[in-house]
Amino acid sequence: MNNGIPLQYFLILASIMFFVGIYGFLTRRNLIGILMSVELILNSVNINFLAFNRYLYPDRLEGLFFSLFIIAVAAAEAAVAIAIIINIYRRFSTVNVEHVNEMRF
Amino acid sequence: MEMNQIIFILFAAIIVVFSILTVTSRRILRAAVSLLFVLVSTAGLYFMLNFAFLAAVQLALYAGGIVVLIIFSILLTSHISQKMEAVDLKKSVFSALAVILGMILTITTILQFSFQATTAAAAEINMEVIGKAMLSYEVDGFVLPFELISVLLLAAMVAAIIIAKKGSPVSDAPNPDKP
Amino acid sequence: MTTDFGYALLIPLIPLLMFLLLGLAGNQLKARLSGLLGTIGLGVVFVLSYYTAYKYFFATEKIAGAFSKITAFDMVWLRFSDSLHINMGILLDPISVMMLVVISTVSFMVHIYSLGYMKGEVGFERFYAFLSLFSFSMLGLVLANNIFQMYIFWELVGVSSFLLIGFYYQRPTAVLASKKAFIVTRFADLGFLIGILLLSFNTGTFDFSILCDPQGAAIATGSGAAFLGLSVMTWSLIFVFMGGAGKSAMFPLHIWLPDAMEGPTPVSALIHAATMVVAGVYLVARLFPVYIISAPDALVVVAYIGAFSSIFAAVIACTQTDIKRVLAYSTMSQIGLMMVGLGVSGYGGHEGLGYMASMFHLFTHAMFKALLFLGAGAIIHAVHSNHMTEMGGLRKYLPITHITFLIACLTIAGIPPFSAFFSKDEILVAAWHHDKLIFAVEYIVAGLTAFYMFRLYFNIFWGKETHYHHTPHEAPAVMTIPLIFLAFLSVFSGFIPFSKLVTTDGIPFEGHIDWSLALPSVFIGLVGIIIAMVMYKKETSLPDKVAATFKHGYKWAFNKFYMDEVYMFVTKKIIFAYISTPVAWFDRHIVDGSMNGISRLTNAFSFRIREFQSGQLQKYGFVFISGVLLLTFLMVYLWN
Repeated sequence: MNNGIPLQYFLILASIMFFVGIYGFLTRRNLIGILMSVELILNSVNINFLAFNRYLYPDRLEGLFFSLFIIAVAAAEAAVAIAIIINIYRRFSTVNVEHVNEMRF
Repeated sequence: MEMNQIIFILFAAIIVVFSILTVTSRRILRAAVSLLFVLVSTAGLYFMLNFAFLAAVQLALYAGGIVVLIIFSILLTSHISQKMEAVDLKKSVFSALAVILGMILTITTILQFSFQATTAAAAEINMEVIGKAMLSYEVDGFVLPFELISVLLLAAMVAAIIIAKKGSPVSDAPNPDKP
Repeated sequence: MTTDFGYALLIPLIPLLMFLLLGLAGNQLKARLSGLLGTIGLGVVFVLSYYTAYKYFFATEKIAGAFSKITAFDMVWLRFSDSLHINMGILLDPISVMMLVVISTVSFMVHIYSLGYMKGEVGFERFYAFLSLFSFSMLGLVLANNIFQMYIFWELVGVSSFLLIGFYYQRPTAVLASKKAFIVTRFADLGFLIGILLLSFNTGTFDFSILCDPQGAAIATGSGAAFLGLSVMTWSLIFVFMGGAGKSAMFPLHIWLPDAMEGPTPVSALIHAATMVVAGVYLVARLFPVYIISAPDALVVVAYIGAFSSIFAAVIACTQTDIKRVLAYSTMSQIGLMMVGLGVSGYGGHEGLGYMASMFHLFTHAMFKALLFLGAGAIIHAVHSNHMTEMGGLRKYLPITHITFLIACLTIAGIPPFSAFFSKDEILVAAWHHDKLIFAVEYIVAGLTAFYMFRLYFNIFWGKETHYHHTPHEAPAVMTIPLIFLAFLSVFSGFIPFSKLVTTDGIPFEGHIDWSLALPSVFIGLVGIIIAMVMYKKETSLPDKVAATFKHGYKWAFNKFYMDEVYMFVTKKIIFAYISTPVAWFDRHIVDGSMNGISRLTNAFSFRIREFQSGQLQKYGFVFISGVLLLTFLMVYLWN
């Protein structure tokens, strides 16, 4: 299914996705928006892993399994993050990160 | 142009456009739906790479699990029609600048690098192989990360419950939004 | 070396235990009980010391005819390296055993005496705790088997002296006096420390038995290198002597001793007459082989400072009216005499006569001076005054004190057969053979001593009839028994054959009285007594006339030759004004200023940059990602 598509295409796509995720991470003020950006970043990494696995080491399974574990970690992270977000919302009545600035000097 | 190339370009275009929408949309619920599109397209890419199992996992876990979770929390914390305030111009310009520079840096590096593939024959990947590898403690076995991830998931589950559980109301909490 | 002296460890430890007991639990006990406990502890030490002396001098085999040096106990206390370690040990040799006897005797007597003298005082148990601390330190000092241990106990002695002088801490003069004593002796101890460091650096050992071995390698080293014309060894020993001079109140470090009389009288008897102040003499005697072999020049310094101090103090003593101060100056004078004895001594056999005589005089002096002080204490106890002008005719009221005081006065005046006659005579003989000038000085001092002691005696017990507010009465038995015991020792200790016991090299020699020198010294003593009798036995105008004749001299001596004023001038006007003030200014403005400046700068800078710590997670993220990108760029394109 991937004949005629060079590896670099996948990598470029993944890096675009990665940096778009970074952009979102830096500019979003809504905590849930930030969480979604992080999901994007994780996905781009998954694409990278799988592309490398398929193109460079087709006899191995590491890429597959790492993606699998990343998905599991992402799921765990999303669950905990959402729990935290809900708690923050309860405490501050907002999910805007600029208002959650108790670390400020 | 081959069919699969067209499909790849289609997926790639969906991913890029909806990724950008995910991070720029001012309606948070729309952003979540965009994310759903991105994730589904990514699953398509997995299919193209011949990782059918992982594509299924992606669909079930991401599209079915995480996105639903996110939508729930959005509904809990904000109004559907609520528009987020516009992003600070200075902040977005600087972030975009950094991101674009990083993108250029990465892509040029990717294009300059020559990847060397092994000549070994491709392995057959089916459920049996995956299941055995996951529980094998031989070479190419993944039982240790598998166990670790299961412990992590359990811990995350417990943590999520404890954090989100309604504790005693915090009366003295500083509240910048309310006077 | 086989004889077992292991129990000697108990001698310093018992007073230490008493100190801890009385110091920690003293205020829980009844005052009388704590006093008794301290006294009993010292009584045990007293018995043990006499037993040790007997065993050491008479029951231990001599090696090659000499008393051996026995290390009864030794342990490494602080180990820094193989060559540098500080030990704690017990060394028994003739002088340390003799000092044991002196200290335990006087200390025991003072303990008993204080039961009466200090009765009813606030802080009675504190007093006994301090006395025990002092006894512990002093015993540790004389038993030390290395110079560093000696230094440690030396400082402890200084501390206990400080505590006891300042016993009446509500009295400003006592506080000042204790401060003065502490600072002056600390200053001298700085010299001692420098001396120890130089000495041990040169010889590579702290241990007395190695250091003082006349055939040993330690003594031979360090005499080569020279500084200002004297060898390093000489310098180090002069510094060591400076420490000794501070403790022993030698000129010009004597100024603390008269003021130290602010302490309770038994303390003066114990510390400032019999034991602590002779620590300097003991120190020089302890290091005597080093002095005589590798630095005879330092001994000359010892002799001249001793001689000058003795005449200086004797002259002042003739003019003072506070009886304790007279005794203090007399102590200083007698210690000067002991220093002279050491300074004019040679090494080995009859050559070491001065050393033997000095130790002999230390022994007899401890007895009669303690007696004098305790007698003075009994008088003060009866009259409630320190000034002899307010006394007179006391012989009727205080018969026992009168007799014992008279014995002590006769002893110090050097009248045979009292003990000091023998010891003083030996010192004079040694001085005669060594240095005629010093002999002349000491001869005059002998006359002056007799004069001022009998001036004191006649003023107190004879002289004018004084009316007292209430009739003076004899002290209780706890106070008179020590007086009688010490009087007994003062009379008969002269017959101890010291030349058979304490000598420079441990080998006994035959001592004899040189009548050709003894008779003139007895004569001048008698002259002094007669002059004093003429002037003070009856109330006459003679003393005033004499004072008027030597108007300026009298005034100078009465004001102690203005030594305190000189010190005040030097410290206040010169050191404080020209050194301390600029140094303080430097410290306050440059040293502190730079530190304050740094902190102020840091403060201001952090106040400026605190905005970075905005609490905005995304700002941190932006900085982080920019940094990562920059690093990636550097690594990918510029590194290779």
